[in-house]
Formats: sequence, C-alpha cells, structure tokens
Amino acid sequence: MLDEAADRPAGAPRPGGSTTAIQTFGLTKRFGSVAVVDELHLSVPTGSVFGFLGPNGSGKTTTIRMLLGLLSPTAGHAELFGRRMPESAADVLVDVGALVEGPAFYPWLTGTQNLLRFDRLLPHGRRAGRDKRVGEALERVGLTAAAAKRYKAYSLGMRQRLGLASALLQPRQLLILDEPTNGMDPQGTREIRHLVRQLADTGATVFLSSHLLAEIEQVCTHVAVLNLGRLITQGSLAELQARAGTRLRVETADVAMATEVLQGLGLRPTSDGPRAVVAPVEGDRTRPEDVARALVSAGVGLAGLAVERPSLEDTFVSLTGEGFDVVR
Amino acid sequence: MWSGELTTLFRRRRVQALLIVLAIVPTAIVLVLRFAGGPDAGEGPSFLNQVTHNGVFAALAALTVTLPFFLPLAVSVVAGDAIAGEAGLGTLRYVLTVPAGRTRLLAAKAMTISVFCMVAAAVVAAAGLISGAILFPVGRVTTLSGETLSLASGSLRILAAAGLVGLSLLGLAAIGLFISTLTDVPVGAIAGTLGVLILSGVLTALPQLSSIHPWLFTAQWQSFGDLLRTHVQWTAIVKNLEIQAGYIALFATAAWARFTTKDILA
Repeated sequence: MLDEAADRPAGAPRPGGSTTAIQTFGLTKRFGSVAVVDELHLSVPTGSVFGFLGPNGSGKTTTIRMLLGLLSPTAGHAELFGRRMPESAADVLVDVGALVEGPAFYPWLTGTQNLLRFDRLLPHGRRAGRDKRVGEALERVGLTAAAAKRYKAYSLGMRQRLGLASALLQPRQLLILDEPTNGMDPQGTREIRHLVRQLADTGATVFLSSHLLAEIEQVCTHVAVLNLGRLITQGSLAELQARAGTRLRVETADVAMATEVLQGLGLRPTSDGPRAVVAPVEGDRTRPEDVARALVSAGVGLAGLAVERPSLEDTFVSLTGEGFDVVR
Repeated sequence: MWSGELTTLFRRRRVQALLIVLAIVPTAIVLVLRFAGGPDAGEGPSFLNQVTHNGVFAALAALTVTLPFFLPLAVSVVAGDAIAGEAGLGTLRYVLTVPAGRTRLLAAKAMTISVFCMVAAAVVAAAGLISGAILFPVGRVTTLSGETLSLASGSLRILAAAGLVGLSLLGLAAIGLFISTLTDVPVGAIAGTLGVLILSGVLTALPQLSSIHPWLFTAQWQSFGDLLRTHVQWTAIVKNLEIQAGYIALFATAAWARFTTKDILA
C-alpha cells in the first residue's frame, strides 16, 4: 500500500476531520489489468445527501464495496469519518447502514427472523429492545403486514424494503444505499425518497448510488458522476447547475420580433423551433418580469415564458460533452 | 450472536432433513434386525450381533454404521455451506457490513459446525438407543472383554462413544470450513469436502501408501469402540483426538488466513 501522505492530493482535507463522512484518496481497484475504479478522489460532506451517479458498469458498486471494507483497494485508500477502511471496519461500520447490490436474506427465515439475525450479529449487540428495534424497522419501510412471511415469498420490492429495514436497524450516521429503488413501483420509489429526506433531516449522511439521473436530482444536495471508473465531476447540485447555466424560454408565434426585443435587453437569443426562443441568462441580472413587460409592450404575442434551470442530465451533458451512456 | 447462528442453522429445512435421515438409518437397522433376524456372531459390523441380546447396543451399532458415510456426509453439507452458502445467498456482504467481523464470523461458523457434529452423533446414538430399547430387551452391558457393566455405567460409556464420534468428525469439519472459504458456490464446497472424504477412503485402500495411513483423519475413526472394553484402552482414542486436533489447527488457520484477506465479490 502506498504511503498515506503520498497518495493524498494537495489540498485534500486531512483524515481525522469530521467534515467529511466519506473521503477517498486515489482509490483504485484493478481486476487483472482492468481498472474498474481508477484514482478516485471522492469527498462526501457530513450531512449531505450525496448522489453517486454513473451508468451500469461504471464502478459504483466496486467503489461502495471498497468503502465498506469488502474489497481491498489495489492502490489508494478510503476513509469513513476519517477512519481508514477496511482496518477500522469493526468500529466504523456500526454507524453505517448499507444496501449493496440488492438485498440478500435467508429464504427460509421470515422477515422478522432475518432482521433478528442481523441484529444479533452486532458486536456488543444489546438483547434488550431487540424485538422493538426490529418491529420499528419493519414498520418504517411498510413491511409490518409481511413480517411473519418467509423471505422466499417476498416480491422484489418487498425484498428491497427489507434490505432498507436492515440498514435502518440501528441509528446510523451514514447510509450507503446502492440503487435503493431497484425493482420498486412508483409508489415505493416515492416512499424511498421520503425516507431518504427523513434520514437527512435527522442529520445522517446519505450516499445514494443510481444510474437514474432524475431520481437523484429530486433528493440530492451533492452529486458525483462516475464513468468507466473515473470521477467526471463532483460538487453540490446548485454548483453544478450554476455551471451549466439558466436560460429563459419565450414561446410565441412571433419569433423574429421576440428575438429583436431580447437582443434589445442585452441577451443573446437563439430560436428553438418555429415557435420558441431561448436565451441564456446569468444569475439574477435579468428578471423574467422585466422581460415579460418588454415583450408585451413591444406587441409580441406571448404564449409562454419560463426560466429553465438545467436538469441534471443537461448539466451532465454540458459538463462532459457526451451523453450519459457513451462508452469510450 | 452464537445462539442466533445456531437457531439460523437448525431452522433450516435442509439441516432438519439431514438430522431426520440420521435418525432413520439406525431405526431402520434395528427394525431389520427385529423382523429379519440379526447376523451370526462375528459377522457384520461390530456391535450389530449384540443388539438382539441387548437393545442398548443398537446405539453403538448405529454409530458404527453411520460413521463411514452418513455422518461425514451431513457434516460436509453443513461445513461446506458455512461461508460459501452465505456468499451464494449474498448475505455474506451484509453480515460483514453489520459488522460481524471476519474473524468473529469464522469463529461463530466453526462453533456452529462443531455443535452440529456433536448433535448429529447424538441423534444417531439416541435413535439407535430408543428404537433398540423399544424392540429388544435391555439389560446389563457386556463389554468387548466379556465382562458385564451395570446398565447405568454402560449407558454412560455409550454417551461417551457418541461424544467421541462427534469429535472424530471435527477434522473433516475443519477441512470443509476451509474449502467453504475458497468459493462462492456452496455445492462446490460441499462436493469438495465429500471428495476429500472419499479420497481418504481411497488412500486407505491402497496398501502401497501404508506410511501415510496413520495421518489420515479417518485413520482412528473406529477407536470409539475401545470405550466398550472393561478397562478402556485409551491409545487409539487419544491418537484419534490428536489427529483431529492437528487437522483442526491446520485447516482452521488456513480458513482464517484465506477468509480475512479475501475480496468479497458475492
């Protein structure tokens, strides 16, 4: 393993600080000659809801397995709350709930029995309140009615819920959830989002991996994008969106005149189809109500006026200049 | 954690089925003896011809008959499945992120397998004892040396024999646990462990390899019979326990070295 000082990039926070829940230092995993995760410098602030994005096969799960001490990195290292993994796994993981690559339980045990088993595995696990903890965890994910059913009779969505219940058995400071809405119906997906917000409200850090951009966008405060094992970008959602820029969209039958008016306001409009004009705006310098007034007083028939903040997908494309599923 | 591991194991249908089969084998033998008559003295496996005179001997006959294959089969299934089974189900990654701790988990698995070995031997002996006691007269126990012991002291020796058989299985159990850390496919680990058992049988059958025979984990498996001498002969029994301890030390260490450094991809 490399010397700790050598593989920490200049300017990266020192380990031991509590401002980051997860920090990786040149984290690399090779299987044979293929670098599945390649020099990852990830920094997840404490208390954030962190979206870990990437297409299938981009190395998200391998990264998560290294964070949890299941895999040893080929080079570099990872820290949870400033404690090095996997060496500190026994101390650190008590505060970490995880869902990795889908749920897995004992098919011959019921939901309750499965959770009891995991509760018993905890080092210094308290026997007192065990049934209560399990009951509450099941209730939190809406599985109370199916608690006495054997796991093998569970549907995919119920299995996923049981996985979440297991991650929530203890009060956690950090939740690492790998594709938590996999196999869930829209109602279930909404419930998971609600749960993630609830967890964030208690001050827990939530690290959420997904290949679905829209899903992440709705709950996350921070985002990192991974492609082919390399980190493409990371930062707060607002920061990333600001970098991509906001634009003003005017819908009208009178495109030519609208363009003229917008140019008069110092904007640089371009037509977007025969019935719309768009123009990038910087920050708050151009107020939409001023634009509306100018357009109306110039006699432009205004069918619609909107301030468009870029979706995460637009942001991603503008940052990388390529589509989400493009493979080098 | 320990009790949880045991309940998880014994709640499993497969394990329950194994124990039921282990109970059926001695019962079937006793039934055959009762309704088809026993072998003449000096024929058949040890203790079998004594069952008709004293039902208590059915426990010993049951241990003798099941030790070469049925008992190690059951142990191979449970030991081979220990880690590989968790990997195959995917529960291993969750058990380790709880965090159960790799060494701690391996110790818990070793403990449950050991308990299973003892329970399996006890089930065989108990099934033999119960069916023998029901279908045949029960009385003072005649030792191999020809003297008789009281029923109580005879029963105690039979209990000890079951314990020794359980301990005899621990060497194979350690091998199974090690093989279980090598793969994510439980069937592979179970087959591998059974393969080792069969290999030991093959090696025993080759007189050219007599120099290694004393070191095979099966070498002194039948030594529990020595408990039934009036003055117990300890040489073979102690030798057996030494062999088992050696195999446990070797393969438990190998399992630990492998499992604590393994990349968990399952």
